[in-house]
Amino acid sequence: MLDAILSYEFLQNAFASGLIIGVIAPLLGVFIVVRRLSLIADALSHVTLAGIAGSLYLSQSVGALALLNPLYLGIASSVMGSMLIERLRSVYKHYEELAIPIILSAGIGFGAIFISLAEGFSSDLFGYLFGTVSAVSRQDLFIVAGIAVIVLAFIRIFFKELFVLSFDDEYARASGLPAKWIHFLFMIVTALVIAGSMRIVGILLVSSLMTIPVATAMRVAKSFKQTIWLSILFGEISVLTGLVTAFYFDLAPGGTIVVTSIAILLVILAYRKISLSKKRGAAA
Amino acid sequence: MAAPLINIKEVSYEYEQTKALDHISMAVEEGDFLAILGPNGSGKSTLLKIMLGLIRPSEGSVELFGIDSRQFKHREWIGYVSQKSNSFNSAFPATVQEVVAGGLAKKAGLFHKLPRNTAQQVEEALDAVGMKSFKNRSISELSGGQQQRVFIARALVAKPKVLILDEPTVGIDVQNVQAFYDMLAALNRERNITLVLVTHDVDTVTDRISHVACLNQTIHFHGFKDQLHMMSDEEREAWYGHSVRKIHHTEGSHTHA
Repeated sequence: MLDAILSYEFLQNAFASGLIIGVIAPLLGVFIVVRRLSLIADALSHVTLAGIAGSLYLSQSVGALALLNPLYLGIASSVMGSMLIERLRSVYKHYEELAIPIILSAGIGFGAIFISLAEGFSSDLFGYLFGTVSAVSRQDLFIVAGIAVIVLAFIRIFFKELFVLSFDDEYARASGLPAKWIHFLFMIVTALVIAGSMRIVGILLVSSLMTIPVATAMRVAKSFKQTIWLSILFGEISVLTGLVTAFYFDLAPGGTIVVTSIAILLVILAYRKISLSKKRGAAA
Repeated sequence: MAAPLINIKEVSYEYEQTKALDHISMAVEEGDFLAILGPNGSGKSTLLKIMLGLIRPSEGSVELFGIDSRQFKHREWIGYVSQKSNSFNSAFPATVQEVVAGGLAKKAGLFHKLPRNTAQQVEEALDAVGMKSFKNRSISELSGGQQQRVFIARALVAKPKVLILDEPTVGIDVQNVQAFYDMLAALNRERNITLVLVTHDVDTVTDRISHVACLNQTIHFHGFKDQLHMMSDEEREAWYGHSVRKIHHTEGSHTHA
């Protein structure tokens, strides 16, 4: 495997991108899960689909755009989607959750139209939906690396504010933290991670890499920082195992990554159950 | 003479065309232990939220430490403890230590890390509320009363001059409510922290407070608790309705509603 990675540039791109995504998706995912925003990740991934499908259509119909990396329009639509969700949440103050199905269906709607206009699924589009090992370009890798720099800087700079905001939104505002702005930036960074992660995991499965490793970590972690480190560890194991499996068995990596992360979750749940029943047995 | 720590001037608040507060004026001085009392829907929590700058009044203004609240920058001088059940995410994966350290976020400032002695400051704050031995426990494992003590420690860690508490005993066992108010009284007495509290525990809190404000859209009384008996029956009825009655304790001049 190592020989193959050293020999083929596409494998280097896929594994390097995978390693980066394995860190940033669960890292941001911890904040998404504890803030109960998991569904927003789903909505944004579907908006990204509209951007990608739009870009693929435009590259077919407008000659000048033939070489445009679809990731750019995917990122733009994802960021725009995150802003629209915030706008709708302020319009429907008493039904804030309505913003998610509205944006999610808009994403699927526009995606379906662009896919039809582009005359159906292409292998490119399949790669964007379920991830790919073979089609990750050096340019994709640089985009993912750029997004990672933004995410890591954002978390490093605003960690304490994000923690307070995630734990107790009202307290954060009462203590004078710029909760609104930090939330706004958080949404934009989330949109970037979703757009960046989908090359490897795929649009339809990107939110799972942000949530399943976190769900697993939360069963065993004893502190918030431990939840973050364990989420990243489980994320990395899932991505690497998933990519290797996908390469050897010629499968979509999105599927193998998510199935691996589910397997880790099941193992941890079983471990917790056994250790709890042992504790109860010892106490009785 | 120093400016009041909180000065509410002719504040009114309307929500969906219903008046929740009507021309409230009230000042909180340094060292006060003020309980804001009133029936459900009387605007108590709304008034606290206006003091904290969480909502803006429709009319009037609030001064904090002599500065208009919109220009006031030292939010860390004002600690806040909300109703436990309404606010935090109860299944949050964090230790008591991490939660209390969050209280230093504003004081440390944007773009700055928490100070090096954060662990020591957190221990001191936990010690003040009798929760030092719980510092490594998960916040979700604690009882309602213990969690509220942790939230007071989170407010105390930034060394505030005023502590504002919104029905802090909601969700706390009846037998622990007394001990909880004893702890607040000790903070007021020993650390000179000014306390503003909204509560329904009238009987329990009366012995420990210094001032009372009777609120029901307007202020019906605000002053030393010992002067509460000076409220006429008509004023009392206008404040709380027909069900309120006055009890004079033989050993003191306390009046309970």
